[in-house]
Amino acid sequence: MIGTMNLTLKIWRQPHAEAQGGMREYQVSGISEDMSFLEMLDILNEQLQEQGEEPVAFDHDCREGICGSCSLMINGQAHGPEVTTSCQLHMRSFKDGDTITIEPWRSEAFPVVKDLVVNRSAFDRIIQSGGYISANTGSAPEANSVPAPREKAMRAFNVATCIGCGACVAACPNGSASLFLGAKITHLGELPQGQPERYERIVDMVAQHDAEGFGGCTNIGECAAACPKGIPLDVISQLNKDLRTAIKAGR
Amino acid sequence: MATPTLVRGARATQSTITLKIAMAVSGILFILFVLAHMYGNLKVFSGEEAFNSYAEHLRTIGAPIFPRTGVLWILRVGLIASLIVHVACAVTLARRAGRARPVQYQVKRNVNSAFSSRTMRWGGATILMFLIWHLLNFTIVKINPTGGETENPYRLLVDNFGVWWMTIIYLVAMAALALHLHHGTWSSLQTLGLTNSPLARQRAKLAGWVVAVVVAGGFSLVPLSVLVGITK
Ligand code: HEM
Ligand code: SF4
Ligand code: FES
Repeated sequence: MIGTMNLTLKIWRQPHAEAQGGMREYQVSGISEDMSFLEMLDILNEQLQEQGEEPVAFDHDCREGICGSCSLMINGQAHGPEVTTSCQLHMRSFKDGDTITIEPWRSEAFPVVKDLVVNRSAFDRIIQSGGYISANTGSAPEANSVPAPREKAMRAFNVATCIGCGACVAACPNGSASLFLGAKITHLGELPQGQPERYERIVDMVAQHDAEGFGGCTNIGECAAACPKGIPLDVISQLNKDLRTAIKAGR
Repeated sequence: MATPTLVRGARATQSTITLKIAMAVSGILFILFVLAHMYGNLKVFSGEEAFNSYAEHLRTIGAPIFPRTGVLWILRVGLIASLIVHVACAVTLARRAGRARPVQYQVKRNVNSAFSSRTMRWGGATILMFLIWHLLNFTIVKINPTGGETENPYRLLVDNFGVWWMTIIYLVAMAALALHLHHGTWSSLQTLGLTNSPLARQRAKLAGWVVAVVVAGGFSLVPLSVLVGITK
């Protein structure tokens, strides 16, 4: 077929959380460059099913770059060679004859559930520990009753795009989740609604991050390069600044 | 695997970021120290007498209010304390980072990080080894590889750098220091929360280049000038 590719895939296979895993090699052919990376894996799985083999488990949900579940380390890069999610990565980023290595996120805090699926509940617990604001329920308040300076609102909106995918952790040589933390801290800390709990929030969220087993940040910057949403490194500066303020306030 | 429960009674001072802040503060004290030390070394170019009287002056700062070498010892104690803090935090954080990724990737590409940022731990260990050698060499034991004078600071220095392998040790150490400062300068500013915009980040990274080149370059001028025979 014209414009299709034959590829060699090296994939981490692990039957369940406690099992010993290992790399397995597969061949796929007739891959169109218009397919998404996950569609290419679907083709592989159909093939495996026909052969009576266990399909490769990988996480996915929206397939449109907003849920953050498609956590794949592709040729040593979180979500592969483009700045996007694995589901929005297209096969035109590869060429015929390529060998593609696919691994799960590697982090003490993200244990492998099966094959390429990891458990990212550690992020949920970090959010639970402080990634919220407290507001009365009931009728929605008038939108303009709490003015937010434009600069701050823009920064908050820009970093609120974090989808909690964990690519920052996967890419970080220290296995730190500081970019994720920084995105949440900045998002809530820049807005008036985030002020009452601001310093309680940072102390609790950082403590939860540390307790989950993530590493400490050394400002290497691989996280921001891997982030599909382009969250910038300055959120980590904000994180550090707010923690310093919390120390001064005796928290 | 970490326990899937929520932390209670969290304290800001017990966080990994606090360790980083301690590293940043001690690191900045080191930067101030190496800048002053480098500037002092350049006195070599004013000749033997000027250099030796500068070395003597270091011991009499604050006199007669402070005893001889009193102020010098205050500085030394401060530096030793900073070194203990800096190294202890570095070791703690390095071990933590090791535990955070128990299974390594088969393939891992680093796409957007400086070489210096990924070699901070090796570079730090190199600097520590060098520091021990350097103190034995010039301060504690005073080793003159040519067997010459040891109580004349200028002669001790010139004799040392007359030996080729000694010059190499010092130049390699300066390369390690340059790398450490290239990343360390920007990293410390980021750790202190002073780089909250893309422009501030760019400036901090530029500062890293400037500090690295000025400090390592300034120190290297002395052994290089002995090597090419300007200083004898
Ligand atoms: C004595 C042995 C030393 C060791 C073992 C050591 C080790 C380290 C390590 C592992 C880091 C953290 C890496 C990172 O944040 O990316 C670091 C940061 C740093 N070091 Fe050192 N270092 C040493 C000496 C020095 C010296 C002599 C200086 C200055 C002249 C210095 C200045 C800095 C600075 C400014 C930082 C940045 C702190 C931060 O990231 O917030 N270090 N060091
Ligand atoms: S900061 Fe970016 S890489 Fe990290 S979880 Fe959020 S979206 Fe994913
Ligand atoms: S599957 Fe939802 S972001 Fe990729």
